[in-house]
Amino acid sequence: MNRDATLLARALYDPMSAAPLDAAGWTDLIAIARAEQLTGTLVHRVADVPKPPAASRILADARASIADQRRAALWEAEAARRALISIGTPIILLKGTAYAAAELTAGEGRSIGDLDILVPRDAIAQVERALLAAGWEWAKPDPYDDAYYRRWMHELPPLIHRERDRMIDVHHTILPLTARITPDAQAMIADSVLLDNGLRILSAPDMICHAAAHLFADGDLAGGLRNLWDIDRLCRDFMMRHEDFCLSVYKRARHHGLLVAVQRAFRLARDIYETPVRGYSAPICVSLDSRSSDALFRRRLLARDGWGRPTRRLTRFGFYVRSHWLRMPPAMLVRHLWTKWRKGYRSA
Amino acid sequence: MKHVFTVRIGPAGFRVGSDWRAPIRALERLYAGYPAPEDNIPDFTVRLFAARPWRHWLRPSITLGGDFVLPEAAPLPLSQGVLAAEMAMNLQMAMGQRRYLLLHASAVEREGRAVLMTGLSGAGKSTLAALLAARGWRLMGDEFALIDPASGLVHAFPRLVSLKNRAIEVVRKALPEGRFGPLLAGTPKGDIQHLVPDSRSIARMGDPARPALLLFPRFGFDNAERGLGPSEVFVRLTQASTNYVALGERGFAAMTRLVREVAACAIDYPDADAAITHVERLWATL
Repeated sequence: MNRDATLLARALYDPMSAAPLDAAGWTDLIAIARAEQLTGTLVHRVADVPKPPAASRILADARASIADQRRAALWEAEAARRALISIGTPIILLKGTAYAAAELTAGEGRSIGDLDILVPRDAIAQVERALLAAGWEWAKPDPYDDAYYRRWMHELPPLIHRERDRMIDVHHTILPLTARITPDAQAMIADSVLLDNGLRILSAPDMICHAAAHLFADGDLAGGLRNLWDIDRLCRDFMMRHEDFCLSVYKRARHHGLLVAVQRAFRLARDIYETPVRGYSAPICVSLDSRSSDALFRRRLLARDGWGRPTRRLTRFGFYVRSHWLRMPPAMLVRHLWTKWRKGYRSA
Repeated sequence: MKHVFTVRIGPAGFRVGSDWRAPIRALERLYAGYPAPEDNIPDFTVRLFAARPWRHWLRPSITLGGDFVLPEAAPLPLSQGVLAAEMAMNLQMAMGQRRYLLLHASAVEREGRAVLMTGLSGAGKSTLAALLAARGWRLMGDEFALIDPASGLVHAFPRLVSLKNRAIEVVRKALPEGRFGPLLAGTPKGDIQHLVPDSRSIARMGDPARPALLLFPRFGFDNAERGLGPSEVFVRLTQASTNYVALGERGFAAMTRLVREVAACAIDYPDADAAITHVERLWATL
């Protein structure tokens, strides 16, 4: 049995590495891909690799399913556009829906769950009203959660559409307000790119900044292999169009306070997916030399065995603690956990 | 994982891993006549594990895991290991199956044509399927009927038949030679006992059938039969399907075809004999 997710990472960046796999190998590969929400991506990558008929059949089913998911996600974006068009504010698609709408390689086979959009902060009240009027409802009716989101988070509390049962996350910036880093959301909105369908996506450097922020400045690296894969594919797409793409990302990341997160993302993408990113010494000096802590991040990102089980409990817990540490100052964290714990205690 | 069992049920292969030996041994015994997954690559992985290390031994309780999970699934005691495995396998089908339109229905076949029976829990789906199998029908499954969107045919999923509460005694009487699993008393769904499908049902589980009759049985009422209009059948079937929405257009096409082409009837029945009479009578009118 495979002890970590290296098998999947390799099959993604070097699909022919899957060719010699036996039945047990394919079984593990599929289980790991499912657990990391990368099945659809795997399907695309190994399409031309010779494989046992059963593996082909299982992956073909996943391919059809991902195509349905993609259609539903784009339809959901269109539904949001229709609900918000009259406000006249820019609506920026984020993450999976953005990659699919812009037909980027990162969108190929990518699983897409919720719809994530970014709107200017001063339009957020109007957006909220318009969504509620168009059939979205609050997914978390708890008053503490609601107040917490409104005061401290970078997004509205999640809304769910009552007929289509799909969630929308409305962001006004890309990191929680309590985080130490405060990216320039206004600049991101100002530089966003209009698509044919009337919706917008982030500029290429901002897309990388957002993905890196999401991965390394927020959260506990759950789903990290997928987010890192996004970064790999985005970089490869944009580097083909623009030779000094990495440099433009570094400049932009420095402006947002996200250079450290982007460097970390690039080092790990290079380490795990062989992403051809590069450092610079002029006009600005940005090094991509490995750091000793990268090994720990790598260990966490690949912590999944051939049964699809999360492994390396202690490492995972460490990153869980880190995610809260990054997200809020210590006194606030204590207050938050205390409130959460008391609520859990009462309802039990 | 430490203990492993693999099996193919109809078109779906499973790999069940367990922290304990006992559930695997029980599965090996009950699924003895079943084939291995195609090419030994299962469609789905199921995990039966101890959520906390001490739950291996101290009041051992099984947490359900696998490729697809529901976060709120409650753990089960080790003595209900077969039930845990069955629930987790059903869950993989309900959440992960994308090749077939899944109907929460039992199915039996005769001469290449199938009766599908669907209804709320307690309607008697499993019981009727087991009793019809005792009278010579081929059992295609008591939990899921798999509709192939390409052909409109129903594929078999003859897992262990899950009999609950009073149905256990009724079926044991009808099938004195039948092979049964251990009686699981006091599960979240009441008393449960599994029936092993007969060898013919297992041998022919790869043979699909043409859906010919859709029944919506209800147990515990006076005898009645009522024809159903297409819109009511459609709504009832969408409620009975776990993946209709996820299949998108394929799901809609398969569902509307079923509604258009297959006769449908709601039957109320006070006891098993009455239900069998309804089914045989309706079958004769087709």
